[in-house]
Amino acid sequence: MQSRSSHRVFAFLAIWLALFLLTFADAALRRDTGARVLEANEQLVAQLGLTDLCLFTEARYTRHPSQADLQSAFQDHPLAFEHFPSGSLLPPPRNLSSSYENLDRKTKSAD
Amino acid sequence: MKIWIERQKALIDFTLSSLARRKLKNLGLLLVYTVIVFLLASVMLYTHALRHEAAQVLKNSPEVIVQRMVAGRHDLIPLGYLEKLGRIRGVQNKEGRLWGYFYDNVVSANYTLMAPSPESHGFGRIADGKIVIGAAVARERGLVPGNLISFRSYTGKLFVFTVAAVLPHEAELVSADLLLLSETDFRAFFDIPAGYYNDIALSVANPQEVRNIASKISETLPDARIILREEVLRTYESIFNWREGIVLVLLSGSILAFAIFAWEKASGLSAEEKREIGILKAIGWETGDVLKMKFWEGALVSLTAFLLGYVAAYFHVFHFSAALFEPVLKGWSVLYPRFELVPVVDGFQIATLFFFTVFPYTVATIVPIWRAAITDPDAVMRG
Amino acid sequence: MIKLTDIRKAYHQGQHNELWALNGIDLAIEANKVTALSGPSGSGKSTLLTLIGCMARPTSGRVQLGERDISGLPERFLTDIRRRTFGFVFQQFNLIAGLSARDNVMLPAYPLGGDWRALHERADALLDTLKLGQRRDARVEWLSGGEQQRVAIARALINDPQVVIADEPTANLDTALSREFMAILESLKQQGKTVILTSHDPLVVESSVVDRVVHLRDGHLVEGDK
Repeated sequence: MQSRSSHRVFAFLAIWLALFLLTFADAALRRDTGARVLEANEQLVAQLGLTDLCLFTEARYTRHPSQADLQSAFQDHPLAFEHFPSGSLLPPPRNLSSSYENLDRKTKSAD
Repeated sequence: MKIWIERQKALIDFTLSSLARRKLKNLGLLLVYTVIVFLLASVMLYTHALRHEAAQVLKNSPEVIVQRMVAGRHDLIPLGYLEKLGRIRGVQNKEGRLWGYFYDNVVSANYTLMAPSPESHGFGRIADGKIVIGAAVARERGLVPGNLISFRSYTGKLFVFTVAAVLPHEAELVSADLLLLSETDFRAFFDIPAGYYNDIALSVANPQEVRNIASKISETLPDARIILREEVLRTYESIFNWREGIVLVLLSGSILAFAIFAWEKASGLSAEEKREIGILKAIGWETGDVLKMKFWEGALVSLTAFLLGYVAAYFHVFHFSAALFEPVLKGWSVLYPRFELVPVVDGFQIATLFFFTVFPYTVATIVPIWRAAITDPDAVMRG
Repeated sequence: MIKLTDIRKAYHQGQHNELWALNGIDLAIEANKVTALSGPSGSGKSTLLTLIGCMARPTSGRVQLGERDISGLPERFLTDIRRRTFGFVFQQFNLIAGLSARDNVMLPAYPLGGDWRALHERADALLDTLKLGQRRDARVEWLSGGEQQRVAIARALINDPQVVIADEPTANLDTALSREFMAILESLKQQGKTVILTSHDPLVVESSVVDRVVHLRDGHLVEGDK
């Protein structure tokens, strides 16, 4: 007697469901090994006083988004550093920029 | 209960053999559906893990960084500023940082040069004439410890360094492009006089006071620009949020196209399908049986697409380093860190993805059937 | 076994195209007999068949199955009675294209949720008795007209109904196939099934297999029962 198509589909889905659940187990396992790496990275960051991820090395002013100054090429805001293909299509949210501006305005003389 | 299960299995049998009649079309649909889930899940997993990693790693970065502005430009900061900062209450540690950028025209890459402070453990004692390099730099220039490398500095002088060590591969996400050298070498290379630093890193005694201290600093040093760690972290949060947004905006076109296609496929009830439902009603199926049968069709197709798409996305992001997204993030960079993200999976996110992929398709399959399924069973005989 | 009392049936009631298909039918149908409803097209014989087979409800009047009045039951119950008591053979066969002969035969049993293996074997056995065993995996649209009808008959029998209802069963068959159909009818009768069919084919109406012929015209019974 031929095998029943619903059973075949159940078996297929069961395999993928198992794989789906395995991804969680895998994530937990890798999180344990990854934790060591993260810890090492944290230490490196602390030792060297690093401020940024090394993701955008295409130009000086994209390398350290948080440190770039206001006057680098094309740059109009410390949070707007996206002029390359990895660049921005959307402005940063308003509330992000306000705190920095507030601090800035507290200076008595203009810079 | 056994009868209920048998009945559902029988309805699934029917729905499967009925799907098998248009094998190519339905497999095509399943494939496109899976690809959509795969892309959405990849973006979600990737940005979530990266965001988590940035927050985790950068929580140890300096709490406050003070830059000096001259004519509105970032300038060297003199030693005297360190002393002035020291008099502000609440400032715990302070140190001048030496770092800068160097463009290496051999491989057209930008490096970050840094002279670690003598206090920092591990890297404090880099001897003059030695450098420690990031893993991506080593890869790009083909360097191993012991090799010599020369750079022509911005002053035109040639400097030769011995590679003392390569930073661990695992640390690439934060250190891929670093060149660490001694303070003497750094000052000589960039021609920075003694007593000047690039900026000052501070730590504060009470993290709650960080904002107050920051405004005190800007009163004491009116030409200072102050960068707080929490701003840095929020910057990264927003970078990944909006990059995720960009990718989703770009994806939305294809998602919409698929939605139209799926809606058309699922809801466009052909005359043939209507006739079939009439036949099923005539030979003794209830309205509920027809709806259940269609429910299974929608649920099986979308569940399969979800499981396949999600599992593929998981492997793509966490086992193949999100190879498909690399061009997007890499941009024009020459040096790009190779890193494996630590899997951070957010159950709520997966539930959202599940809901938005499985639910609409299943509904789109059932709803249009409703009208056809409530026809009278004798409609077939009336012709 | 089936008793109809003063049955009336209107289509599109209350609309401009209102049509009274049946105007007061009183009829009792005996069990284990072959009853033919005969009459010109538009006489209401197909409508009567749908009422007997619980596919539709009369506008007024009573339908009794055994001792039970079923004319007022809601759709759920009606469907349940229909699929356990009646098997249908339609004029156009109404098979589902693209599915195999066996799948088509098994269809009416799916919502009942019986054991699948047993159902599978029953379907094969039915196809064997109807000499379709070797064609059971073929898609129904590849079968000839006679074979398609036999699939439809097997489908009508899959739930082992007491009553088999056939609407114009020989309308799409040539003489030889029609005779074959009458032979199947004979065997159904021997198995103790009640058969109700509509036909105006003399080959059916005058056949010795048919126990009783009920004539209809314009929604009324006409005298002259066989």
